[in-house]
Amino acid sequence: MSVLVYTENWKGKFRKSTFEAVSYASESAKLLRTDVVALSFGEVTDDELSKLGNYGANKVLSASGVSKGDSQATSNLFAEHTKDVNLIIFSGTNTAKMIAPRLAIKLKAGIVSNVISLPSNTSPLKVSRKAFSGKAIEKTIINTDKAILTLAPNAFGLVESGGNCSIEKIGGSQKGDVNIKGEEIASGKVSLAEAEIIVSGGRGLKGAENWGMIEELADLLGAATACSKPVADIGWRPHEEHVGQTGKAVAPNLYIAIGISGAIQHLAGVNSSKVMVVINTDPEAPFFKAADYGIVGDAFQVVPKLIEEIKKFKN
Amino acid sequence: MKIAVCISSVPDTTSKINFTENNSKFDSSGIQFVINPYDEFGLTKAMMLKEKTGGHVTVVTVGDVSVETVMRKALAIGADSAIRINTIPVDSYSTANAIATYLKENPVDLIIAGRESIDYNGGTVPGMIAEILNLPFVNACNGLEMDGNTANLSREIDGGKENLSVNLPLVIGGQKGLVEESDLRIPNMRGIMQARSKPLTVVEPSSEISLISSESFEKPAEKSACKLVDAGNVGELVDLLHNEAKVI
Repeated sequence: MSVLVYTENWKGKFRKSTFEAVSYASESAKLLRTDVVALSFGEVTDDELSKLGNYGANKVLSASGVSKGDSQATSNLFAEHTKDVNLIIFSGTNTAKMIAPRLAIKLKAGIVSNVISLPSNTSPLKVSRKAFSGKAIEKTIINTDKAILTLAPNAFGLVESGGNCSIEKIGGSQKGDVNIKGEEIASGKVSLAEAEIIVSGGRGLKGAENWGMIEELADLLGAATACSKPVADIGWRPHEEHVGQTGKAVAPNLYIAIGISGAIQHLAGVNSSKVMVVINTDPEAPFFKAADYGIVGDAFQVVPKLIEEIKKFKN
Repeated sequence: MKIAVCISSVPDTTSKINFTENNSKFDSSGIQFVINPYDEFGLTKAMMLKEKTGGHVTVVTVGDVSVETVMRKALAIGADSAIRINTIPVDSYSTANAIATYLKENPVDLIIAGRESIDYNGGTVPGMIAEILNLPFVNACNGLEMDGNTANLSREIDGGKENLSVNLPLVIGGQKGLVEESDLRIPNMRGIMQARSKPLTVVEPSSEISLISSESFEKPAEKSACKLVDAGNVGELVDLLHNEAKVI
């Protein structure tokens, strides 16, 4: 009767979203009075695998021969380890959403996505989730014995237990139909999904050539850069940076919006941020109604000053 | 090539979301419904593939008669036929089951769905369809080129991409990158006229089992008032973020 959790790695390294999923599994396991088993795909060193113990995993099953992008193989292997499992936890990544729905069909298990809190009831399982792209929260009941949850990023946080885990190497199940040629991971940049701080620019910045100060501010803060939809549509920034209802939903500790008016679609994607700052020339911009802190002013004057002040603060 | 594009009818992105019946149901009054934006990228890609290599594009939607508005729009954009599965979806399982049951009897080479719909955001229907039909699945697909019977694809892996290839048949969960925003098509008058005579067939679902149920909805807590800092005193903002908000 364990809680099973998927622990995703990128080229052998776990990320915050992985540890968050293990933390959630561990806290749920306490409610259910059981232990936590983690499942990992691809080559990961024992050193890296043992980090999962710190977030509450008791045992790690490592299938080094299985590619995470092969959803037929990963979901088959998952299903083989669910005999005594009633709760299965996934982070909210694109890869998790390839495995989890396949597993839901195999097990005929109810699945809930974008979960933001621990179960408020365990029998039947009841959880809160984000819906309508962050514009609402839905309480959902799972009516099956086995349940699968995928988590909204950065909603639950990390819980360190300081524990240790055992590691067991397992073989892969039969390969699926896809042929994986390799992954390209942008290096040296903080990814939006993982960022604690995001500096985001909008149409108010007037052109791609003005993003130097956004990048400088982001570098200073160890932040990721993002942008509004119009900026990605015009091509000033790559669309991977577009946050909002039809782009990425983000939930950093600090979101700094510069030259973004705050259309309802944009706010839907960022309103899970813990603290929001807006810098805009227009005091009537809707973002001022959503933000915690604001400066009414011209980005081209305010941002260089902000960079100066942050430099002073860092020293 | 036969392509099925699964489309969802969702509230326009500018909609304010409200609930009725003691916060148990979405209030659709005054809401403008559109093709789910993620599905629209897939629909456009399907049109491009058809124009290049020939074929037939069917849109498949689960819903009551109200979803026919967006289905006609998909036909006006260029889809050849439309299938409405006549049930109100309860959860992703019932939706996926309805679509997969139809596609099992009416197989296609490529099934394109959006990565997620912008109403319930589950993002699980495409993967479920793939599993029920025992097909390979590529989620968050942001690139697709056909080479004969082989699809060369890329998918977003949160901070990077993975390149893969697979032979048809195949299910993908599409997103921007499959086509660009500027590639999206607006129905023209000729398309709208033609759409009226294209077949929109209503089929009944085989079963209506659901595994989860919704209890209630609420809106996120309102933020307290925004604290304004003078543009001439930016240092105060840094101070507030450090000492009050404790985020830097």
